[in-house]
Amino acid sequence: MSTETSAIGDVEGSALYDVDNPAPVIEPPRKRTGKTPKGSRTNFEMYAWLFMRLSGIVLVVLVLGHLLIQLVLDGGVSKIGFAFVAGRWASPFWQMWDLAMLWLAMLHGANGLRTVINDYAERDNTRFWLKMLLYTATVFTVLLGTLVIFTFDPNIR
Amino acid sequence: MATPTLEKADMAPEPEAGFADSPYITATFRIRRFNPEVSDEAQWQDFQIEIDPKERVLDALHKIKWETDGTLTFRRSCAHGICGSDAMRINGKNRLACKTLIKDLNPEKPITIEAIKGLTVLKDLVVDMDPFFQAYRDVMPFLITKGNEPTRERLQSPEDRERFDDTTKCILCAACTSSCPVFWNDGQYFGPAAIVNAHRFIFDSRDEGGEQRLEILNDRDGVWRCRTTFNCTDACPRGIEVTKAIQEVKRALITRRF
Repeated sequence: MSTETSAIGDVEGSALYDVDNPAPVIEPPRKRTGKTPKGSRTNFEMYAWLFMRLSGIVLVVLVLGHLLIQLVLDGGVSKIGFAFVAGRWASPFWQMWDLAMLWLAMLHGANGLRTVINDYAERDNTRFWLKMLLYTATVFTVLLGTLVIFTFDPNIR
Repeated sequence: MATPTLEKADMAPEPEAGFADSPYITATFRIRRFNPEVSDEAQWQDFQIEIDPKERVLDALHKIKWETDGTLTFRRSCAHGICGSDAMRINGKNRLACKTLIKDLNPEKPITIEAIKGLTVLKDLVVDMDPFFQAYRDVMPFLITKGNEPTRERLQSPEDRERFDDTTKCILCAACTSSCPVFWNDGQYFGPAAIVNAHRFIFDSRDEGGEQRLEILNDRDGVWRCRTTFNCTDACPRGIEVTKAIQEVKRALITRRF
């Protein structure tokens, strides 16, 4: 039996794999097995999913309103300058508008990227470090933006 | 003159002369072959066979295996759309080979047949179904009740039965789960089939384990990973509205938590 198998291999000249030495199969990423850890028993994913829907609805109003005011109405983009921003941020309404937009857009985008990373990063380490990078960038941007909105001084320079 | 059947038989050969002799056409089947005992790479192989286009893809596979190449490997058990063994990717769509007619596939072009995606290919069209059934087991697809067993049948009203009727049709062929892009990238996701079978018990009025199953599907790899691409609904050979079932589980989770 075994001589027959090897004889065929010799003739073809490429007997890399045979019955006793099969080629490695291509396993899909992160296969589910009996040892797959059971759930974490928190509602985090549900809140994240709900947040995406609700913040999305609010952002449609906030962002479209923002674009309309900044780029279309009253002279368009050419009117934007230090004085324009200072004038707007003198009113608490526009401060709150921009603050809400900053927080919702940053968290909405960060959560979207988090799901993309969860979906596509195959190795645990890659996934962890990409998410750490994402969270750091998000926290930095949100805090810096909040700081600027609240401590903005129109009489600077 | 005698009977309608006879009259028809008299008329038939006239307009269809030459065509009616043989219903057979020559169709090309482009099959993705993989044999780890020969090579570590999968490759496409073309088979040209004479076949009646009213036959099914499974009949073509049988013809190839029985008459041309006995090494062609695929699963099939009942061959009539009930057992769910022969789900495969035919012309880029997940279908059951035993429910797909060749004439519905445009047999002028080569018909591509490959194993379903997202699971380890063991040989040709045979994949390792263990991860799929592990996800199925993890949602506890059996009746869970509390208290003593009743002395008679557990009765249910037709309306209560109707609530989960759609998801009782699942035959566990894996066509939906292996058509899901989230599952392709991350096998930890429960996948549509497991959620469908959880749905079947969550909305069963006789079952009392719904809360446990919802808790399992509330997990990181549960229903919240669904992106509603509807691939599963398109793929299901039983016509189950899979994406709708997943959305119903999501809604149940939200309404029960608030």
